[in-house]
Amino acid sequence: MKSRKLTVLALCASLAMVLSYLESQIPSFVAIPGIKIGLANIAVVFALYALGGWEAAAVSGVRVVVTAMLFGSGASFLYSLAGACLSLAGMAGLKRIGGFSAVSVSVVGGVLHNLGQILMAWLLLGTGAIVYYLPYLILSGTLFGIAVGALAGYLVKRVPLSE
Amino acid sequence: MRRRDLFLIGGLLLLSLALFGLSCLRQSGTFVVVRVDGMEVGRYSLDADGVYPLNGGSNVLVIEDGCAYLSDANCPDKLCVKQGRVSRDGQVITCLPNRLTVTVYGQADGVDAYL
Repeated sequence: MKSRKLTVLALCASLAMVLSYLESQIPSFVAIPGIKIGLANIAVVFALYALGGWEAAAVSGVRVVVTAMLFGSGASFLYSLAGACLSLAGMAGLKRIGGFSAVSVSVVGGVLHNLGQILMAWLLLGTGAIVYYLPYLILSGTLFGIAVGALAGYLVKRVPLSE
Repeated sequence: MRRRDLFLIGGLLLLSLALFGLSCLRQSGTFVVVRVDGMEVGRYSLDADGVYPLNGGSNVLVIEDGCAYLSDANCPDKLCVKQGRVSRDGQVITCLPNRLTVTVYGQADGVDAYL
């Protein structure tokens, strides 16, 4: 791996962690558990476009593990892992299909992140009744996904990465 | 943004609206089931008013006028208290930190999954 790429990758990962921390300091503004802006996804979507699918997975993986070790608990790690895996698979898949903008990719990532959390909650809380939150989480994932995707798309255009 | 972006985002927004619409059709419930870690720890009729400490006092369930809500919790974010009153079949109050859920059911024979 070229050192330049490694450096950008490390920057993305640390940015994702800082954004995660920042978001954890924002008090929850709605009563539905699991609703998040997904600021860290800015760094992941940027890595997906600027570097590639595996690199984005590395950024997301480092973020999930390190954030859980620094600020989280065992349970929050499981929720964020389930969300991150589904979200990444969906985003990389949609980008590979092609023809969609970064906004769509980020929206799909946001919605799938929430879906992953619902599935993990189903497992951990032992009740399928939790799907009650699905419409709220699809809506919030879509709206915040638009904002995150627009920002990430802008960054991909503006940040020069060619050598 | 291209046309297929608009279709995808519009489709997701429509889907969530449709699911919201479906949840308006819920019948009013008759009782709630309290689960901790997936194990049922109690059921309470919505017809009888009462105040019940749950899970060793970590959350307090109140039943009042056919509605259930959590009046207090020992977790920092108190999201479960903010979730307010539930009374319709399938509605849930969740306290993630205490792994506790309060689910409303309509019929005595509770099915596990509702949308």
